[in-house]
Amino acid sequence: MKPDSFTQRVVPVLTILILIVAVWYVAAYLMNAPFQRDLDRRGNVTSTAMEFISKTMAQPKPVLPAPHQVAQNLFENTFLRRVTSNRSLVYHAWVTLSSTVAGFTMGTLLGILIAVGIVHVKALDRSLMPWIIASQTIPILAIAPMVIVVLAAVNITGLLPKALISTYLSFFPVAVGMVKGLRSPELIQLDLMRTYNASAAQTFWKLRVPASIPFLFTSMKVAIAASLVGAIVGELPTGAVAGIGSKLLAGAYYSQTIDIWAALIAGSVLAALLVTIVGIVARIVDRSMGGRPA
Amino acid sequence: MSVTPPSVVSARKLGLTFQTGDGPVHALSNVDLEVRKGDFVSFIGPSGCGKTTFLRVIADLEKNTDGEITVNGMTPEEARKSRSYGYVFQAPALYPWRTIEKNVALPLEIMGHSAAERAKRIERTLDLVNLSGFGKKYPWQLSGGMQQRASIARALAFDADLLLMDEPFGALDEIVRDHLNAQLLKLWARTEKTICFVTHSIPEAVYLSTRIVVMSPRPGRVTDVIESTLPKERPLEIRETPEFLEIAHRVREGLRAGHSYEE
Repeated sequence: MKPDSFTQRVVPVLTILILIVAVWYVAAYLMNAPFQRDLDRRGNVTSTAMEFISKTMAQPKPVLPAPHQVAQNLFENTFLRRVTSNRSLVYHAWVTLSSTVAGFTMGTLLGILIAVGIVHVKALDRSLMPWIIASQTIPILAIAPMVIVVLAAVNITGLLPKALISTYLSFFPVAVGMVKGLRSPELIQLDLMRTYNASAAQTFWKLRVPASIPFLFTSMKVAIAASLVGAIVGELPTGAVAGIGSKLLAGAYYSQTIDIWAALIAGSVLAALLVTIVGIVARIVDRSMGGRPA
Repeated sequence: MSVTPPSVVSARKLGLTFQTGDGPVHALSNVDLEVRKGDFVSFIGPSGCGKTTFLRVIADLEKNTDGEITVNGMTPEEARKSRSYGYVFQAPALYPWRTIEKNVALPLEIMGHSAAERAKRIERTLDLVNLSGFGKKYPWQLSGGMQQRASIARALAFDADLLLMDEPFGALDEIVRDHLNAQLLKLWARTEKTICFVTHSIPEAVYLSTRIVVMSPRPGRVTDVIESTLPKERPLEIRETPEFLEIAHRVREGLRAGHSYEE
């Protein structure tokens, strides 16, 4: 790594990280102190300031767990458990990941299909867009339980209902991005096709599709993050069987705040990983399409 | 006496009126013009004189609202559908995700040429515009002048007899432009194409053309058609000869005449 790229990219991120952890520790002390004070008074314990601070960071069910408590929980449940165990975060992440990817794939395909329709059929252009926008104004938390319940009533359970919620959230950015992408060719590029007497299909495959690829990847980055949110929300009303969402819900039921935070962080890591993967694929595709190296 | 070559573009009382929010705009009015096979015809005039519009009507990118026009004896639409012309735009309009040779291959793919035929034509046309060896480059790796040459190669690739060029060198600096003008004349001599060339540069029009069509705006119309007396062989130095300056003077007079009543 070159020294300047290190100072320019890693140092700022690390600085913010250290800042967040510091604020977190202070907040953990402030939020856990009243309960600890109460506990000490009932048990007639007197402790030095340092002892008191360390006790606020070691409660089994703290209001706000300290970073090292979350880190320890995260480490244990990720690396020290068999991946098939119900307590393993890897297991839960895998469950969430599979419905995220399934929903994302369906959502992306649906979004592309809708965009192609909107760009090529005038009637769809006028009629579909308001409905698509309206669909996204409905809170997903309101619609997710209905999807799960209705599908369960017709004996569809498991991966598909959760994936459908991810689909519902992820088709939108792809549809909007692809409409823009498929319409991105300049007039001069379209005129060129006309001078060749190119068919609509030729113009589509040789001009509109390649021109839309950068738009597709930008919207896919948004869509995969939305898919993950959809999958997690979809896990909440399923009776919390498995997945990051169920881990969050179970933690809330039993006041296992450390578990909640660990699951939250596992979810964010998963999101970051997925967005990064889409970004890497985008860069590979861009290079193969003659993109100018940045 | 030589036989009159066949007509390639023939316009009679051609007019085009755009309906806009501010009322009708007469982009072209009463244009009569005959372009014959092998001609190099330049269209010159201030912006808004309809020179680009006229080219676009020939190419069936706009439809005339009055009069008649034939291209190779057909309507512009039939001519476009039978791929009778190659069009070079103001900007190169190369597709950035295609290499130069793939860009040249684009019309060939659309017209259904075989891979072997495509390769042969790519090599031949890139050679015509002096871009041999640049086929594997992407457009952004080439200078503006080279990009425009690549777009000329693309227009030549499918052997249309008529080349329509809309200010192809307008965005380039004068040194590059001189160079490309000389190359274009050589190319015209080698390929014996008919060229319609839109420009706003008097020296460019005089240097290149066998005929110069002077146009004026509001409504867009032809004010003068000047037959060039220059020989077909034209070194760049010809631009300092009295004969050249005489033609340039006449073009300038024509442009001024079209403008005089507006001031």
